[in-house]
Amino acid sequence: MAATPWEGELEQELKAHFGESIIQPATYLGQNFAVVKPEAVPSIIAWLHDAAKFDYLVDITAVDWPKRPERFDLVYILYSFSRNERLRLKTAIADGYRPQSIVATHVTANWLEREVFDMFGIEFAGHPDLRRILMPEDWQGHPLRKDYSILEQDKHWVQDHLGIESGQ
Amino acid sequence: MPDATFLDSTELVLNMGPQHPSTHGVLRVILKLDGEKVLGTDCVIGYLHRGVEKIAENRTYVQFNPYVDRMDYVAAVSNGLGYCLAIEKLLNVEAPPRAQVVRVILAELNRIASHLVWLGTHALDIGALTPVFYCFREREAVLNIFEKYCGARLTTHAFRIGGLQYELYDGFEREVKAFCDMFPAKVDEYEELLTRNRIWVGRLVNVGVLNAQDCKRYGVTGPVLRAAGVEWDLRKAQPYSGYEKYDFRIPAGRNGDTYDRYTVRMEEVRQSLCIIRQAVETIPEGPIMAKVPKVIKPPVGEAYVSIEAPKGELGYYVVSDGSTQPYRVRVRPPSFVNLQALDRMVRGGLVADVVAVIGTLDIVLGEVDR
Repeated sequence: MAATPWEGELEQELKAHFGESIIQPATYLGQNFAVVKPEAVPSIIAWLHDAAKFDYLVDITAVDWPKRPERFDLVYILYSFSRNERLRLKTAIADGYRPQSIVATHVTANWLEREVFDMFGIEFAGHPDLRRILMPEDWQGHPLRKDYSILEQDKHWVQDHLGIESGQ
Repeated sequence: MPDATFLDSTELVLNMGPQHPSTHGVLRVILKLDGEKVLGTDCVIGYLHRGVEKIAENRTYVQFNPYVDRMDYVAAVSNGLGYCLAIEKLLNVEAPPRAQVVRVILAELNRIASHLVWLGTHALDIGALTPVFYCFREREAVLNIFEKYCGARLTTHAFRIGGLQYELYDGFEREVKAFCDMFPAKVDEYEELLTRNRIWVGRLVNVGVLNAQDCKRYGVTGPVLRAAGVEWDLRKAQPYSGYEKYDFRIPAGRNGDTYDRYTVRMEEVRQSLCIIRQAVETIPEGPIMAKVPKVIKPPVGEAYVSIEAPKGELGYYVVSDGSTQPYRVRVRPPSFVNLQALDRMVRGGLVADVVAVIGTLDIVLGEVDR
């Protein structure tokens, strides 16, 4: 079973407002999502927030596909209390691309974007406080990238801070 | 003559934690203070980061199942439920009715256990020494049921993808009913100690207010959201595991202060009991495991499934590439998102209230840091 095209009122409205930026509206296992162009993400999310009442940003995360030219999928999960409906926005970005932060629309994006930065090394442009959040601040490397082995670690950090050769 | 520069400096930076009893784990909060007033905070987290999401990519779907229990370790059953539901969604299977009802009973028992840990430690933080002993006494009864059912008390690994591993033990229904009969009087007992207690009320009312609008802006869910007057609970909004069959109410507060969060959670415990009572009367006969292949290989695709964990919306976003290992598992932890609102809640308040607000947020650092 593959994802099927998603058709509906919201999908029509999205297309009417953002046209070419909505690449593929689809549905899989009853869950709607839309693949969109990265530069349009902040405006789509702001529109969804103001006009379509998607007022709760559930999560931001990323998926690494190292073999693709646009290496990362950036995933935004949104929910609307009044419609009781979920929507996922997905956008493919290349390594080094700096997506625009959406903290201006959703305050909660602050920590979520920091985590994506920490784990994947995706830098959000316009983020008020882009620091690592889970890993130590001076750690080198981004652990959730696929080329970061599960046994890999920042050897210098471990030596400097823990005084041992290896944490493994 | 006192040093003029010293008198001028009104700002004090105070470090709280990571080793501090009221931070419920290893949370470090850097407080900027003017006397007793909080000017701002900065949370330093990650001390318990174990790379759960990375581990998931290096284990099979089945192997990863016990790891999720180690995130919110006071509500391990809920973590397991969310994960199993997510993988079942990807496989497009549903647990059989008997398994669903047992899942509801255990998940609600776990909600009670989790809320008891919250109440005991929260009261302890504020200076009430007695409730923690009462709460842990009753929690023990819940953990005994878990232990008898699956052999573990804390990290239970109670559920499997597709249903349950174990049949109910003899006397399960009887013991659950006995708990339901015993427990309401105990909740009354806690309330007698606290609800009208002058010190408790004084320390909680109008402390750490987070209104409904701010809750939504910060993505805060669970009892914290409901205390602000939003009657939103995933068990009602998007029912899973057969929650639509049970008759229960979503308690809500009005002011969104620490006291409202207390009353909301106390009522939630009662509502959980109400669900358990209905469920235990209606456990259907039948298989406990759906037809799930021995080697779990969900088709290529992705799904986001979330449940109402004791702390809020717990979500799993799972991407499958068709192999035996998940390509990506993202956990949307309620504690992590709720903790972000700490600054908003304590700014302008007193330093002593920070302790009350951390307690009322009911965070588990294992889940914040994963």
